[in-house]
Amino acid sequence: MSHHDSKSASPMQVATGDRAILPEGARTIPIYVMGKRYEVPETLTIMKAMEYAGFKFLRGAGCRGGICGACPTVYRKEGDYKLYFGLACQTVVEPNMYLAQIPFYPANRAKYDIEAISPVAETVHALYPELFRCVACNNCTKACPMGVEVLDYISAIKQGDLARAAHLSFDCIQCGMCASRCMGELPQYHVAQLVRRIYGKYIQPRAAHLEKRVVEIESGKYDAMLDALQKMSHEELEKLYKEREREPDMAPPGTWMPEDTQYL
Amino acid sequence: MKISYYPGCTLKTKARNLEDAAVASMAALGVDFQELERWNCCGAVHSLADDDLIHHVAPVRDLVRAMDQGSDKVVTLCSMCYNTLARANLLMRQDEVKRKTINDFMSEEKDYHGEVEVLHFLNFLRDHVGFDKVRERVKVPLNGLKVATYYGCTLVRPGNVAIEPPADRKLMAEFLEAIWASPVDFADATTCCGSYQVLANPDAALDVAARILESATRAGAEAVVLSCPLCEYSLARKQDELLQKNKISKDVPVFYFTQLLAAALGLGSEACRFDLSPRCSVELLKSKNYPIDAAVVGV
Ligand code: FES
Repeated sequence: MSHHDSKSASPMQVATGDRAILPEGARTIPIYVMGKRYEVPETLTIMKAMEYAGFKFLRGAGCRGGICGACPTVYRKEGDYKLYFGLACQTVVEPNMYLAQIPFYPANRAKYDIEAISPVAETVHALYPELFRCVACNNCTKACPMGVEVLDYISAIKQGDLARAAHLSFDCIQCGMCASRCMGELPQYHVAQLVRRIYGKYIQPRAAHLEKRVVEIESGKYDAMLDALQKMSHEELEKLYKEREREPDMAPPGTWMPEDTQYL
Repeated sequence: MKISYYPGCTLKTKARNLEDAAVASMAALGVDFQELERWNCCGAVHSLADDDLIHHVAPVRDLVRAMDQGSDKVVTLCSMCYNTLARANLLMRQDEVKRKTINDFMSEEKDYHGEVEVLHFLNFLRDHVGFDKVRERVKVPLNGLKVATYYGCTLVRPGNVAIEPPADRKLMAEFLEAIWASPVDFADATTCCGSYQVLANPDAALDVAARILESATRAGAEAVVLSCPLCEYSLARKQDELLQKNKISKDVPVFYFTQLLAAALGLGSEACRFDLSPRCSVELLKSKNYPIDAAVVGV
């Protein structure tokens, strides 16, 4: 039987299980998981659809909120030569999707001591010389489920612009799909992580108010207050919480000040 | 006419002196010169294998970026970038079958047919700024400083992308005359600097660099001018080793052509970036009383 034969799908099958997943009247659609056909309710994410179909995730699921990078999924659509990439927890199923999850993709990570390295592009070039194998094919960018311009950040690193690379790669969730498709066999996501660490530690300007606050905390300014809180009874804490001064929800930034400023 | 500027990776890292001097000079000459917003490595070497199309993708993508920026010209400074971009451009103009394969592969970009013209900065200066205009703007004439015009390979080979008919060797001379230097042609002006052999056969690379430097000196030059970071590596940064191994008898000042331009336009040390040039280059200029910041000593 052809994998693309969807005519047998019942258009009005209601999605029910031991508890209702979808309202009455929801339709099901056929999808193919690792080559096997399943009827799943439409509107589900790939992750929920696979669970509906009986899969149980030991790997390949984490936050379920599109941020941990555990659930990258590769799929194709009927009649379309292109490869598509998405996060299973975020991507909604489509009829006749042909998919497999790739929970992990091997990529070598260089060893370094972030405290001891010199925060310049040459450091990154020396730790990851394979950067220069890039042929600008752009397969990495096309494979990114987060829409990161991977080729552009790799180019920025080669051009010595670590700040630009850190910004461009900020949405990376380390899923590894870029590395899976790379013609030059680069471990893009590890390189980008090193660059963001260098940027965060050495290049990004420090927030002056944060440093001041750290000094205050270290000098013990808040110790007495924390001690007092720890000694309070449940009732006292509740009372304190209820009576606290609270910034109005819609106060324009910088306009509200508490009466009690002793902890500012 | 809108002009994109393609810098190249090395100009952003090891060859800031090639780039900073050019960018400041363009501003001083009042030319609107827009760096590409997005660009990648030029590919560095033009692949000659007939079926190796993937290595043309990098330069073609850069040309698409220039087209996306609405430019009809893209100007480069580095000889290698110029060569790679210009040859990829020719391929996209002339070879219909390969053009289609490359465009199909890069389906996420606009189709490219060679719409953009690739120019080396020297050609751009001559044809679009004009050496006369450069001459008018000179504030610090180089007073007949005798400079050997070193082309290396990639400015003049192969002939179909050469910045001028390879046998002419006039363009660099005209440029130097515009800034009141005295050009010195010499026998090894287009001899390869040896950079291709630096890893596999380092001694051969040193030998050829020594030959080029000695030949320039014998022809009466006080300095060598060039436009390629790899040539600069072989001819300038290797000089300590050349001296140590007695392959040359004295050090030879080397400059990027853009540095001499910036100096002649009277731009300051931040533009000329002689701080990144060899010490002997800085000493030569100081000995001739050119206005060089005393703090600048070279490397
Ligand atoms: S489960 Fe975390 S991103 Fe999908």
